[in-house]
Amino acid sequence: MTELAVFGGKQLVVLALIMPLLGALLAFTIGGRTARWIALLTALVELVVVVSLAWIVVDQQIVVEYQLGGWEPPLGVRLRADGATVLVLLTATVVMTATMISAHADWQPLPDQHETRAGLVFWTLLPALWAAFNTVLLSQDLFNLFVALEILTFCAVPLVCLNGKAETFAAALRYLLFALLGSVLYLLGAGLIYGLWGTLDIGLLALEISKLNRYPPALSLALGLMTAGLMAKTAIVPLHLWLPPAHAGAPAPVSAILSAVVVKAAFVVLLRLWFELMPGSADTMVAQTQGVLGGLAIVLGGVLALRQSRLKPMIAYSTIAQMGYLFLVFPLAGAASAWGAGLLHLCSHALAKAALFLAAGQIITHFGDDRIDHLAGLGHVMPLTLLAFGVAGFSLMGLPPTGGFVAKWWLLQAAIETGHWGWAVPILFGGLLTAGYVFRVLAVALRPAATPALAASTVPHTANAMILLLALSSLLLGLAALGTGLPPQ
Amino acid sequence: MTLTLFADLGLLIILLGLAIITAFARPAFVAVAAYMAYGLVMALAWVRLAAVDVALTEAAIGSGLTGMLLLGAVAWNQRQTEAHPRRRQIRLQVPATHPLLIIVVAAVCAGVSAVLAWVVVTLPEPPTLQVEQVRLALPATGLGNPVTGVLLAFRAIDTLLESVVLVFALVGVWSLADDAAWGGRPRSLRLVQHSHALTLLGQLLPPFGVLMGLYLFWAGADAPGGAFQGGTLLAAMWVLALSAGLAKVPAVSNRQLRLLISIGSLLFLAIGLAGWAGGVGFLGYPAGWSKALILIIEATLTLSIAVTLGMLVAGRPHRALPR
Repeated sequence: MTELAVFGGKQLVVLALIMPLLGALLAFTIGGRTARWIALLTALVELVVVVSLAWIVVDQQIVVEYQLGGWEPPLGVRLRADGATVLVLLTATVVMTATMISAHADWQPLPDQHETRAGLVFWTLLPALWAAFNTVLLSQDLFNLFVALEILTFCAVPLVCLNGKAETFAAALRYLLFALLGSVLYLLGAGLIYGLWGTLDIGLLALEISKLNRYPPALSLALGLMTAGLMAKTAIVPLHLWLPPAHAGAPAPVSAILSAVVVKAAFVVLLRLWFELMPGSADTMVAQTQGVLGGLAIVLGGVLALRQSRLKPMIAYSTIAQMGYLFLVFPLAGAASAWGAGLLHLCSHALAKAALFLAAGQIITHFGDDRIDHLAGLGHVMPLTLLAFGVAGFSLMGLPPTGGFVAKWWLLQAAIETGHWGWAVPILFGGLLTAGYVFRVLAVALRPAATPALAASTVPHTANAMILLLALSSLLLGLAALGTGLPPQ
Repeated sequence: MTLTLFADLGLLIILLGLAIITAFARPAFVAVAAYMAYGLVMALAWVRLAAVDVALTEAAIGSGLTGMLLLGAVAWNQRQTEAHPRRRQIRLQVPATHPLLIIVVAAVCAGVSAVLAWVVVTLPEPPTLQVEQVRLALPATGLGNPVTGVLLAFRAIDTLLESVVLVFALVGVWSLADDAAWGGRPRSLRLVQHSHALTLLGQLLPPFGVLMGLYLFWAGADAPGGAFQGGTLLAAMWVLALSAGLAKVPAVSNRQLRLLISIGSLLFLAIGLAGWAGGVGFLGYPAGWSKALILIIEATLTLSIAVTLGMLVAGRPHRALPR
């Protein structure tokens, strides 16, 4: 492993953060037809960096830390990568790379054109968004996390209205307002915490908080504000209204990134707050509220997904339901399997949802229709795309041995272990609803068409390969999790 | 004692008054004007709190730049209304909502504000941990201004990311262009009514403004000031020259323009990586080199910020370049 000797874990953590940043800046500066190649090259380099980092962290069972500029907290900012971080990092990397490769032919300039608007915006903002997401994962500093979440928002919003249609401008604006409200609340909370201890480092703060007998009112208010702000960004019920038009209206590759990666960022910060900063808060009112809202999201999102007549809005509502599962982690935190279940669900949903949105994009482009009732004959015309859609759907509804299955199984175990049986109801009912809307699509799509001659353009092989790769990764993730033995302690 | 108390009370009352006018004024122009005045008075309040760096930023960006962008939006809305009187116009008021919802939102806001007011008083004073740390570590950076020390040494990553946000925010504004207009220039900022006074001002003021902007950046190392404040002033001078018709807004496909916009962040990143090669780690500065490197970063950042802010004011590309 000579290359690992040159680039140790510490360097790789920094590279994982700055490679996409550099790629985005270069794509913007050079622009033209080159922007796309810069972004794709960045993705490949980042893939190598993140796989190497994951290899080091998992193989040597270590936690990699890096003090930026050599300044120790509370003065400086610390980056940190442990097993959970690299798993999410790796998932995001697979999703980003696969999405970029499958979208590589979109928004190409015409022969007499230098560059297109959508092309420059997409190939600049996608790597930028990636850098922001990686910062959210790696940074240990509450204010630095705020900056990263802001970049994420400013990159995601223009991507929502990339196709320039009037209704997507409205969706993007609504998304921006919700996200900014979330940012303001988060920043207010971070400011209060800084006022209490003069540091923003999560490790140092956790140490200070563990010494307390009772929490000062400023801390309770700060956590309340930050949690509310982050919940607006994760579109949990009743703050979900912005998500469906934004995620369904965006171009398919953007929808994939928004639903698979971007909404997860604020949830990762929530996990940090409630598992690292305030461990042992499973029985508090906040955790119970989060669980109830999660349960509501599972049911409401599932029912609304069932009622959609088009593919992309259906997948977008499904995101609301699946985000709901993640929020069950908080009231179940007392069980050892809850944390692992949340992590696994986050990753397997990311992979499956990216596959679903990309498949829907190909169906719209090459089948020409995304009304669910009009999908008859799809299985005949686009068998591979439909296969990938089906596999991803199975993971979503939690059929064994997919990642979705193992995650929900571990969640159920946590509900039994902690004696809070009630939480099993939304977990199981949600699976039923998911099965409903996935099978509804498959049933129509496998039916022969009334008029058999469906002349459609063929889906490019690279796109099909990437969608299948994402769907199968979600499946393999479940097998890998089962292989490591039941829930990690 | 009593005199300063009266002055502070006066500031508070004016601030509250301006905030209320901003929130409730129906004509958009009045709301924006009140908001800009609010920013300036807020800057005075920051001076009273001995946070001169924050005051400068609030005046330059919170009041000046944001106000300019908002005024641009108001003017655009007026032009649209005059051009298409029948079309639904954007009004600055809450759309028809259920009164119960308004009451609930108002109650939540009032409750959060009340708890916040109570809690802020309970905070320990001052948050000692970091103030002391910054004082001890500052000599190693060769800087005299602790704020610059935090922004460019201790928490350089935040500043790097903030400088990058500006670039991507501009991409976001440009993304709203029509596909056909891509690559072209934003709408000219030149005012329709030609005025000799404005031309004279556009010729007379920039030399002083540029000098002042450069001073703000240069002074930032040891006194209040820095790249963001200096860059904003430079941007204001550029916008003045553009409005007087003395210069032309560059086209968004212009390579030099793109480089000017990103060079600050790129150089910051490059020097950060050089620290790695120099054995002091990413975003570290070798001993003895700190101040020189920080000044180089700040100089380029000032330039990039000025160009980016100017282009933000100019807005999305409006007309394609002739082929």
